[in-house]
Order: sequence, then C-alpha cells, then structure tokens
Amino acid sequence: MDIPTDTPPKPSPVPDGKPTPTEQKRASRGATRPGDRIFLGLSRGSGIVLLGIMAAVAAFLAYRSSVALADDSGNFLTTFEWDPAGITTGGKPYFGIAVLVFGTIVSSIIALVIAVPIAVGIALFISHYAPRQLAAPIAYVIDLLAAVPSIVYGLWGAIVVAPNLTGLYSWLDDYFGWTGIFEYQGGAPRSLMTVGILLAIMILPIITNVSREVFLQVPKFNEEAALALGATRWEVIRMSVLPFGRSGIISASMLGLGRALGETIAVATVLSPSFIIQASVLDYGGGTFAQNIASKFSEADEYGRDALIASGLVLFVITLLVNGAARMIIARRKEYSGANA
Amino acid sequence: MSITTVKPTGTPGGKPSPSDLKAARLPRWSPYVIAVGSLAVGCGIGLAADLDSRMQWGLIAAILFVGVSYFLSATVEGGRQAKDRLATSVVWVMFLLAVVPLASLIYETVKRGSKVLDGYFLTHSMGVVADDEAGGGIYHALIGTLEQVGLACLIAVPIGLLTAIYLVEYGRGKLAKTVTFFVDVMTGIPSIVAGLFVLSFWILMLGFGPSGWAGAMALSILMMPVVVRSTEEMLKLVPNELREASLALGVPKWRTILKVVLPTAIGGITTGVMLAVARIAGETAPVLLLVWGTPVINSDPFKDAQASLPLYIYQQYQSGNQVGYDRAWAAALALIVFIMILNIVARGIARWKAPKTGR
Amino acid sequence: MAKRIDVSGLNAYYGSHKAIEDISMTVEPRSVTAFIGPSGCGKSTFLRTLNRMHEVTPGGRVEGKVMLDGDDLYGSGVDPVNVRRTIGMVFQRPNPFPTMSIFDNVAAGLKLNGSYKKSELNDVVEKSLKGANLWNEVKDRLNKPGSGLSGGQQQRLCIARAIAVEPQVLLMDEPCSALDPISTLAIEDLIGELKERFTIVIVTHNMQQAARVSDRTAFFNLSAVGQPGKLIEIDETERIFSNPSVQATEDYISGRFG
Repeated sequence: MDIPTDTPPKPSPVPDGKPTPTEQKRASRGATRPGDRIFLGLSRGSGIVLLGIMAAVAAFLAYRSSVALADDSGNFLTTFEWDPAGITTGGKPYFGIAVLVFGTIVSSIIALVIAVPIAVGIALFISHYAPRQLAAPIAYVIDLLAAVPSIVYGLWGAIVVAPNLTGLYSWLDDYFGWTGIFEYQGGAPRSLMTVGILLAIMILPIITNVSREVFLQVPKFNEEAALALGATRWEVIRMSVLPFGRSGIISASMLGLGRALGETIAVATVLSPSFIIQASVLDYGGGTFAQNIASKFSEADEYGRDALIASGLVLFVITLLVNGAARMIIARRKEYSGANA
Repeated sequence: MSITTVKPTGTPGGKPSPSDLKAARLPRWSPYVIAVGSLAVGCGIGLAADLDSRMQWGLIAAILFVGVSYFLSATVEGGRQAKDRLATSVVWVMFLLAVVPLASLIYETVKRGSKVLDGYFLTHSMGVVADDEAGGGIYHALIGTLEQVGLACLIAVPIGLLTAIYLVEYGRGKLAKTVTFFVDVMTGIPSIVAGLFVLSFWILMLGFGPSGWAGAMALSILMMPVVVRSTEEMLKLVPNELREASLALGVPKWRTILKVVLPTAIGGITTGVMLAVARIAGETAPVLLLVWGTPVINSDPFKDAQASLPLYIYQQYQSGNQVGYDRAWAAALALIVFIMILNIVARGIARWKAPKTGR
Repeated sequence: MAKRIDVSGLNAYYGSHKAIEDISMTVEPRSVTAFIGPSGCGKSTFLRTLNRMHEVTPGGRVEGKVMLDGDDLYGSGVDPVNVRRTIGMVFQRPNPFPTMSIFDNVAAGLKLNGSYKKSELNDVVEKSLKGANLWNEVKDRLNKPGSGLSGGQQQRLCIARAIAVEPQVLLMDEPCSALDPISTLAIEDLIGELKERFTIVIVTHNMQQAARVSDRTAFFNLSAVGQPGKLIEIDETERIFSNPSVQATEDYISGRFG
C-alpha cells in the first residue's frame, strides 16, 4: 500500500533471514584478510561436508544394495518372503519388499488418519480456543510428547496399551468386521492398527507445532473481517484460518508421514511381525521397512545385511521424496504469504 | 426511533431484526455439566456392558459429550451456534485425547520404573546377572550413552555451527540454497537409515567391528541438521545493527562473527545443542546396528561392543520375563529423567540468555 | 435501515489499563458522524465498542451502555455475533478474504446465514457492488481473487461486503488512511451516498476529511499519555470547525497541538 512513510527506511533489524546491506556483501565477497578467508573456507567447507554426507549416504546404500540385488532370485518388488540366506530355496537368496511396502503404508496411513485431525484440533485449541494463560503450558506439554524417546513409546505401547486394545478391537470386529478390514481373530493385538495408533501419538507433536505456527500467522485483520460480518468463532476459523493454513496443514502432515514411515524401534517393540499381507489391520502380522531391519539384523550374515540395506535404500528414497515435497510446499507458502503481506 | 421509515429495498439473507440482538443461549456452566454428565454416563455404560478397556469408556463419554452439546445447542441456540459449539467441543476432546496418552505414559513409567530404580541400579552393570535373574543395573549403559553422545557432539556441533554461520553470514548463492534444502531433508532421515549408512561404510566396507564410535557417527548425522536449524534461527535474531556497528569500527568480518554475533546468540545456540542431544540420547535403531550392546562395562568407545541406555531398554524388553521388564521400565525412567532434565535446563538457558531482538 | 445509537457512561479497558473513560453521546441516524482527535485518544477503541469488536482483543473489557434504538448492546442475553451483523465495520487496511473471489467476498456475510437462493445472491452482490461504486470496474472478473484489486478498489470491496448484509449502522475505522488521494475521493463520495441508507460513524485523522464528509463531529482527547481518552465535545461539524465551544478543540483544529 502507499502509506506515506515519515521515517526514513531503517536498515531492517530483520529476524527474517537474509540481511543484505551492500557493504556487508562487499565485505564477504572480497574476503581479503587471511582470517576472513580461513573462516569463510571453514564455514563453507562445513556446508559442503554436510552435502557430502547426504551424497555418501545415497551412494553407499545404493552400492551395497546393488550387491544384494544381483543375487536375489526373487523379484525384489513383488516377493512375499524375506530369506536372503536361502533356507527354503536351497541356498538361493529369495527376498522382496512387497509385505514391507504394504505394512509401512498401511500403518502410516492409520497414523495420519488418527493424528492429523487431532493435531489440527490441538493447534486450533492453542491458537484460538484455549484461555491465554493455558496456551503456553499446553504447547509445552506437546513439546514434552516430542521429547519422549521412541523406545519408551515402544515399551509403553507393548506392555500398557496393547493389552487394553483387545476390547476395542473385538468391539470394532462386532460392528465393522464385515468390511474385512476390521476383522479380529482375537490374538495378541500387536497389529498394524496398534502400530498406527502408537505412531499417531508419536507424530502428533510435529504436526501440531507446524500447524499451530501457521494458524498464528493468519493476519489479525483477516479474522476481524470475518468477525465484523457477524461470524461465530467456528465461522471465523472456517473462513479465514483454515483456507490460509491449508498448505501448512498439508506439509505438516507430510512431515509427520516422514516420521511415521521411518520409525523403527517403537514398531519393532509393538508389532508381532510375519511376512504376510492380510486385509485385517487388527490381527497381528505384517511388517514395516524399519521394523524388519531392526528385527532381522541380529540373525543376518553379511549378505543378509546387504539385503536389509537394499530395503533401507527404498525407505530412504521414500522419506526423501515425502520430506522434500513437504519442504517445497512450506517454502512456496512462505514466498506467497511474504508477497501478500 | 425518530425516522418514519421508507422501507429499504428487500432485506435478503434473513438479517436479524432489531429484537434479534438477543439470542437464546445455553447457560455459561452448561459445557461443564454436559462434560461431567457424559463422563458419568460413559462410565455407567462401560460398567453395565462390562467393557474391560477404559479406552472404550472414554471414547463413549467423548462421543456423548460432543453429541449432547450439539443437540442441546441446536434446539436452544439454533444451527450456527450449534456448529460453533460442535467445533469447540470437538477441539476440547482432541486436546484431551492428546493429554491422556502422555499422562498415562509418564504415570506408568514412574510407577513401574521406581520399583527397581535405586543407587545400586545406577552403579552396577549386568556383567554377572543372568537375563532372568533379578538385580544388575545400567552403569555400563550410562557410560556407553554418555560417551556415544559426547563423541557425536564433537563431530556434529562444529560442523553444524559452521554450516549455520555460513548460511546466515555468508551464503546467498546456489550452494547456500542447496545446503538449506538438504539440511531440511536431512532432518527427516530415519535414524535406521543413518545406521545403515555407517554400517555399510564403516563395518562392511572398511571392516571395523561394532563400537561406540560407529554409533556416534550415525548419531552425529542425526544431530547435525538439528544443530544447523536452531543455530540459524538464533543467528538471524541477532540485530543487524550490531554487525554494522562492529564492521564500521574496522573489525574484520570473521572477528565480528566470533566476538559479536556468536556471543549474542550463545544462549539460544546452547539450547539448540542441548535439545539435539536430548533427541539423539534416546535413539535406539542406529545403536542397535552399530554398537550391539554388551552386559559388561566397556568404557573404550573405540573398541568392541558397548552398551547404551535405549538399547538396554530394548534388550531387557526382548528378554521377555518380568525381571527384564522391571529393569526396562527402570532404565526408561532413568532415560526420561535424563532427557527431561536436558530439556528443562535447555529451556532455562534459552529464557535466561534470550537475545534482545532490538524491538 | 438506519438506527440511532445512544451511549452513556462508557469505559473501555485493555487488561487493567483504562483506554477511554465515561463517554456519553448520541449518534444520529442517516447521518455521518466523524470522530477526530490525536493518536491514542481512544477514538478507534470507542468505535470498536460500538459493535462489540473491542472484546475480541485479549484483555479487552467494556463497562457502560450502548443503546441501539432502545436495545442495549451489552445487555444480558445479547449475542455479539448478532450485534456485528447489525452493525457493520470497515477497517483501516482493506482486508478482503485472500482465498475468496470478489463475488464470494461480497457474498460471505450472507452465506454465513446459510439461507439464500443463488439468484437472490447474484442480485445482492450486484446491488452491493453498485452501492459501493465498484460494479463497473469488477463486473467482468467477479471470479478473480479480491486481493488482485488496487488498494482503493479493495477498500470499496470491503464496503460492499459490509453493506451486503444490510446493516443498521456502518462503522469505518480510518478507511482512507492507506489509500491515495484519488481513491480517497472515491470513498468520500461513496460515504455521501451511503448516508442516505445507513447511520455512518467514521474515525479519521484527516480533519479536512471530517469537514468534507460528516454532519456531526466528535472531538476526543487525553490529558496525558497513559491517561484514558475522553470525549471533549460533539456538535454539528460546521460549528466544531468554525466556533467550537471548548478551547482544546479549537487548539487541535487550528493545529496548535496534536
């Protein structure tokens, strides 16, 4: 807008990122002093080391995977077995990730379906509903949820939560068993559903925090516009807050998805794995990439480890794509809202 | 009112007429009463139908609460208000749904963990204790975790700090953009993948055995992006006037960064590092692949398998008997306390040393 | 349809800070009342108490009476949501909903109520945009986002949005302070037309503007920084600008302070 400014523009005391007064640029370009040159070299070198590590991760995983895949007698993508030692096939390695893909996707989807609405609800609670004195402590509690190590979640999930779920599962079976998805035979409830519930709790903080941040960025005057038209609180949220925050919620969910896909030890602790694909999410069985690596590692010989690394590479690529996409959405959003402000 | 009305052209959309300023409202205390009522009825149904899981009781109460608030409001206050109430009650229920697991987790850990957690437990290893035998402790695991985390810090903190300095103070080209993007992506690397990388490089290719050092390398990969991110945020908070004031005095840029910028941001940076430590101290997956675990005390992180606290919990749980579970809970309690202390101290430092943003 | 507002003994607070003290005045229907006064004297705060927007601010609290043709806005059982539907508001910065089209922006208030017909909606949107002197400029791009308009057009869009729900009163909080002179002129002309149908209250920093558009003018002042703002006097605009009864008003208008 063309507001007449009566004060000369200050050199921005920016918290927003790239402070670029020209003299500073010149100073960094012509780093003539030896001290400056060394320091610039060190810090730039660190950045390059970081990129190098990422490249090395990809390269080493790819290399070991190629070793493993060369000898795999099954189809790596469609085989329902994990037998790199060739016990059932007379010495020929026979393994594939079909079960792991299925289990990883199913458990992550369950986690998202449970966590996203709850997380958005909590984020709204903190940003728009909670009494002001309560908002900060609640945000702190959510942060505590993020600080609990995943092994503790696993222990709690396996010993405290899982035994409590039998009732809920047979209940689901009574009413929704006909769908096939919620069929429950009555075994130990160490199933993909249990894993999904646990993952939902674990990814709740990150989704909540990112969404909350976005909701708090909604310009006040936007909300007042809705209020002045006689909107109720919920209508204000529907008209101003949610449309503004939609892309933020999406990228928050994808960050959560990235976490859920790669979670290892909590899943390994809670799930009773088996190399089968079944419609029911309530019966035990199935497996995820990360869980399979942790569970099979101790009994694997060198070739068996390469096979696990191959599955790890797939996981790496998937999480890379999901996280990359989430970050791109956030980055684009920032530009958009910056241009609009 | 004074004016004789020329009736304005059509009033569309059912605008409220003057007396409509007032609206029938549920009394202020109604949400609380509905909440208590729903809880009572939920428990009642749970008892009557003999549902053995408290979760079902709670879910029934929650659904009752949301439903009853909506219908009461719809009959008394009308549709729009009812929707507003529905949203409010759903949001409250969502919040409670998140608090319950945290409360349960902390309660169970403290209750079950305090059974065997004592001075003896903290100062003895598992060296002479069989898996199904009571006794033993986490001394060896504590040493392992401290050494691994310490080594990880030695690698990750300098690289992370310098990278952040590069991004904030120097970087504005393609390289900086690339680094920023990959730091973000690196934040999302599953810990098991970091473990697999070190496994393939250090153990499978270079032929070393498992050691605390191998675990520390994997942990440092997980730690780096966190350190970069938090340091970056803190450096950006340092007002530009400070840098300019120093540069204008003829101080070289690198000394400006070391003597002016870093000291101003040091509180926040420390906080960030401690939060990163808290995160990796609880990591199990890479340690499982690279450190292996051992029941005896091994204080040399560069030679042979070591123990570690999270790994200890996992292995005690895997032993599958009650004494193992007890030890797992006690170790979990110790780990949570350790991490919470780190968190609280970190936040304390953040508050105490918060940089003045110049506003 | 325009209504009279009677305010008596009104105090407003931010937390424990008293922002305005003991204000009583009458706002006549079908006229323009301007609020003038130095920065921080509470005129915007007072404006926001007239449609219960003040309490939206954290810590915001109001004491006293605001009667809209005999109904107390702060009486028990009064729903602030209904108050805001009856008393529309236009803000200092144009604030169209960024995610909505021009059409949806104007229709937003009606859609909230849920009961409307598509054809009726079209009529109302057209009428409101015409009423805001914006129809000819936007009729070919009603489905484009409102944020693509110029500042002055956005502000008229916000006015169209406010009058689409046929409020009794229209409150304007420095509606031209973010606009260039030509857009300002367009808004001032519009205010002149709107007062045929609505009671209008406008806060402005620009005394020429107050003199140009208003029938009555209220002067607010505060005795010192940190003290609550007070109503000094309210009178016919002509009188305030030619022969005010209080010395402070004359000082302010003639530029001797503030």
